[in-house]
Amino acid sequence: MGIIQIIITLALLAVLVIPAGKYIFNVITGGKSFIDPVFDRVDSLIYKVTGVKRSEMGWKQYAISLLVTNLVMTLLVYLIFRLQGHLGFNPNKNGSMEPFLAFNTAISFITNTNLQHYSGEWGLSHLSQLAAITFLMFTSAASGFAAAAAFMRGLAGKTKNAGNFFVDLIRITTRILLPISMVITLLLVWQGVPQTLSGNQTVTTIEGTLQDIPLGPVAVLESIKHLGTNGGGFFGANSSHPFENPTPLANLVEILSMMLLPASLVYTFGLMLKNKKQSRVIFAAMAILFLTALPVCYLAEQAGNPALSAAGLNQAMGNLEGKEVRFGIAQSALFTTVTTAFTTGAVNNMHDSLTPLGGLAALGQMMLNVVFGGKGVGFMNMIMYAILAVFLCGLMVGRTPEFLGKKIEGKEMKLIALAILVHPFIILIPSAIALVTGPGLAGITNPGFHGLSQVLYEFTSAAANNGSGFEGLADNSLFWNFSTGLVMFFGRYISMIALLAVSGSLAAKREVPVGIGTFKTDNKLFTFILIAVVLIVGALTFFPAISLGPVAEHLTLGK
Amino acid sequence: MDKNVRQSKKSWMTKEILTNAIRDSFKKLNPKEMIKNPVMFVVEVGFIITLVLTVFPDLLEKNGNALYNGIVSAILLVTILFANFAEAVAEGRGKAQAESMKKTKKDTPAKLLDKNGNVKILNSNEIKKGDIVLCETGDIIPNDGEVIEGLAFVDESAITGESAPVIKEAGGDFSSVTGGTRIKSDRLKIRITATPGQSFLDRMISLVEGASRHKTPNETALTTVLVSLTMIFLIVVAALYPMADYTGVRISVSTLIALLVCLIPTTIGGLLSAIGIAGMDRVTRFNVIAMSGKAVEACGDVDTMILDKTGTITFGNRLAAEFIPVGRATRETIARFALIASLKDETPEGRSVIELAARQGINIDKSEYDKAENVEFTSQTRMSGLNLPSGAQVRKGASDTIQNHVTGLGGVIPKDLQSSVDKVSRLGGTPLVVCIDREIMGVIYLKDTVKPGLVQRFERLRQIGIKTIMCTGDNPLTAQTIAKEAGVDDFIAECKPEDKIDVIKREQAEGRLVAMTGDGTNDAPALAQADVGLAMNSGTTAAKEAANMVDLDSDPTKIIEVVEIGKQLLITRGSLTTFSIANDVAKYFAIIPAMFTIAVPQMNVLNVMGLSTPQSAILSALIFNAAIIPALIPIAMRGVKYKPMSAQAMLAKNMLIYGLGGMIVPFAGIKLIDILINPILKALNLG
Repeated sequence: MGIIQIIITLALLAVLVIPAGKYIFNVITGGKSFIDPVFDRVDSLIYKVTGVKRSEMGWKQYAISLLVTNLVMTLLVYLIFRLQGHLGFNPNKNGSMEPFLAFNTAISFITNTNLQHYSGEWGLSHLSQLAAITFLMFTSAASGFAAAAAFMRGLAGKTKNAGNFFVDLIRITTRILLPISMVITLLLVWQGVPQTLSGNQTVTTIEGTLQDIPLGPVAVLESIKHLGTNGGGFFGANSSHPFENPTPLANLVEILSMMLLPASLVYTFGLMLKNKKQSRVIFAAMAILFLTALPVCYLAEQAGNPALSAAGLNQAMGNLEGKEVRFGIAQSALFTTVTTAFTTGAVNNMHDSLTPLGGLAALGQMMLNVVFGGKGVGFMNMIMYAILAVFLCGLMVGRTPEFLGKKIEGKEMKLIALAILVHPFIILIPSAIALVTGPGLAGITNPGFHGLSQVLYEFTSAAANNGSGFEGLADNSLFWNFSTGLVMFFGRYISMIALLAVSGSLAAKREVPVGIGTFKTDNKLFTFILIAVVLIVGALTFFPAISLGPVAEHLTLGK
Repeated sequence: MDKNVRQSKKSWMTKEILTNAIRDSFKKLNPKEMIKNPVMFVVEVGFIITLVLTVFPDLLEKNGNALYNGIVSAILLVTILFANFAEAVAEGRGKAQAESMKKTKKDTPAKLLDKNGNVKILNSNEIKKGDIVLCETGDIIPNDGEVIEGLAFVDESAITGESAPVIKEAGGDFSSVTGGTRIKSDRLKIRITATPGQSFLDRMISLVEGASRHKTPNETALTTVLVSLTMIFLIVVAALYPMADYTGVRISVSTLIALLVCLIPTTIGGLLSAIGIAGMDRVTRFNVIAMSGKAVEACGDVDTMILDKTGTITFGNRLAAEFIPVGRATRETIARFALIASLKDETPEGRSVIELAARQGINIDKSEYDKAENVEFTSQTRMSGLNLPSGAQVRKGASDTIQNHVTGLGGVIPKDLQSSVDKVSRLGGTPLVVCIDREIMGVIYLKDTVKPGLVQRFERLRQIGIKTIMCTGDNPLTAQTIAKEAGVDDFIAECKPEDKIDVIKREQAEGRLVAMTGDGTNDAPALAQADVGLAMNSGTTAAKEAANMVDLDSDPTKIIEVVEIGKQLLITRGSLTTFSIANDVAKYFAIIPAMFTIAVPQMNVLNVMGLSTPQSAILSALIFNAAIIPALIPIAMRGVKYKPMSAQAMLAKNMLIYGLGGMIVPFAGIKLIDILINPILKALNLG
């Protein structure tokens, strides 16, 4: 039964990928669509009010526009967090945020990470939830998406320009994110997700005690939270909270909306290149990695906890600790695998309570950061590995390596080397620091191998801009707020800018004609080469750390 | 290049190279040298740290094991020496060759001519650019120059290794002379065109010596990636220490360094420069001097090859290909009389007629014609042949000449003559008409002949996706015939030198890399425009300076092999990189379980190779890592075997050998070393 649920979900995605990919292609290439009559007016109004000029930008100007826009939004949101106690729309009278938590939260949401070191119930006013959190959920997703669009334009090489960041940002928001999230919002409201501006309701339970029922504008946040692969919950319990994710149907909608855009973007890439075979190769590589992680997680959770079996407890139901019974093992394992592959970070179960191998599947996908990934970023990273694979193996055909008709030379490799270096650097070094400093160690709630996993998971999630947490970590402290804030920042922008530079550099090159002597990157052989390079360069890097964390925990569990 | 060097073409290793290389491997340990190779520099730092820990085992940790540290240190030293050795061997051959060239470059007296024509004897290195010198029989030409007066035979064996002297004369394409070559007979007046120390020979010496070697673009890019991988593994190992410490696993510093050295790409890092030098050297051994490694590398990327017809694709001589009878004559009679007419003709055309007739089985008694009178070709008669003792006159010549000759004697022109002549012309051949007295027997079809083996070579080029374009001054019809016969992809007829540049530019605009050969002065701009320009050593100085390679044997077809050597260089580099990186999988599985098993015994399930003890596992991986470098030196020197095939097929094949092989070989290798060293380690109390 569990497997059937998983297959149905993935089959639905497969049906949606092609039309969605075509639609995204239409939006980012300025094509016509059915929604134009409404949104052309909205767009013109925005252009008029903001005074955006719709001229083409080079990659540098594009990257600077993205950075400056993101910076301004971050400062704005930081101020909202710091002043929310005085700004209204605050029925629950939540206070203003302290500086480091506000710093962490602002970066967390602008970088599409949504690592939450607070709980929405006590941490945010309704104003913050809407004007800061939900606002950034749209813009950070649109920014990542725009970067991917510019990246693809460079690779397709039809123009030397990267497009216009503001036009991309606006079109992606109004044509993709807004309309689809409206539909999702209605679906979720139908399933029982609240959408109101009223505050907490205090009720008397049957036992006669008083209980606060938290309420708020949940549904709008919830829809873009998944669609934009953001993942930050309205409530601390995220999508395991019955008001965020009330039913198995709501769960299905949330899973599909996480997967929809990152998966479709790969198809869009094929349309941009006018080479669907190339996008199939990228998609296949991502899908194979995903379909390797998924059974690991599912089977590990289904197998349950060997320590409890050893203690004589029946584990036939699987490891249900930290899981919602309405979702069961299958939908929890699927949600976990999807949220870490598509770097959303929403959770419908407690990742800290996953079995060590189940947690490893989640951790591993974030360490790779190429398995579909969040809005655009996972895709860009996969292309980065493709270029590395071409460079390392392409020489074997006796030519200077080429990717998509462009020579890969010293300049590109410097940028790629930087981008590849960043990810292990910002995961392993901060983890090592956390393990030797008092404030770092103070966050660990479950010392030993699991403690290492907690630390690794936190920084990996931050670096991959995922945002899910091994929530056992006591992370609302100066050390954790500051360190993960920096990691999220570098994780998002260094590789994004380096890769935009790569695409700009490739776009400026003369195209090499394809012939019989060309190293083809759009066939099965390259799919395997790509996966091998991802695993050898990307995964083995983390092998020592993983061995001491989840693997050691698994091996010693119940023995 | 002298004989000794040429004779050692086949082997890349001689006793002399070996001894020099061993000495150089130690010299290269100097950190100032090592830092040029960042990957191996990291190994050297590791070596120094472990060496210190051998002497002071408790410096960084409690209860350090001096013996274990010592063994790790020793293996690291050997690893570095192996890498240095690879580079030294590759350099060795070039050095030996440069030595032999230097011998010919002794200071010799030179005869400087002043304005009044007086000779002043100076040392050759005192001769400046622009000076005019006199060189007579036996003199060594002091520096590169242009002949301004005279004609002489020059022995160029010092540079080309070819002992037959070549003619040099003022003006034209044979006017350039090279310093260090010797006048065999006669005398030349030469204007010196190079400053002392910058002659062609000097540049050659520094090129083969490797003194002026720069990293090629692709090598630089690869080094960037290797440095980045090294940094990643530095991060991995640096972060591992606190992580292990936190989880209660104690790892010694030596083990961490061993892990680091195993993971960083030492195999390709150690062999990278050797591969580049050896690739250059393979070109040199082929008697082609590449002005830079970049040029050799560019060869691999060549998409289009522009070849001259005459001299490159065809011999340039028109040879008899067919006898066509006309009138009442039979195939046999025309062959017979063509043969008789050519018996005393010593030109290549004449000899080819005799050969063709012999091949067609025409036998005549040559002694019968000993007394015949030879009528040589003159510009007045424009025909040649024999006056037989019987009085008969056999002639061959151009169609109109023979026709005039025959009608003059009162003969009749056979009706089918003109059509046969036209047919030969249409095919691009030259028709020679044969007659005996008043009767016309038929036509000899003289044809420009494609060099043997070229058809197959062009086929090889096609298999690797290189397009060939033939340039010829011939008319389109002739050009097409030869193009079809040789199997080139395209041709340019009635080609002027500037047309060649246009073709190169057109191909380059479409993103292709172009290679060409040339020798004349008017080839120089095209050679400079081409991405790979191969000039003939017999050619002009201008051509040689414009080109980025010079063929000392002046064989224009060599460009094909040079391109293959360039490809092979890139393939070798790629294959060993892939192999090196694929090796990491096994090394991880050897070292990681070994590191953690003491603290976490269950970790032994990851010990998939079943290595006997943690120490043995770590040392085995480290020894494998060192030993693989010398094991791969032969491949680095000779290059990966190259057969022309499509990129797809080549990738699949090399991926299987070096990618998959690179994953499997170390599993077997490390296991084997473990079996061998475990008893020794036990005996040393390290197991």
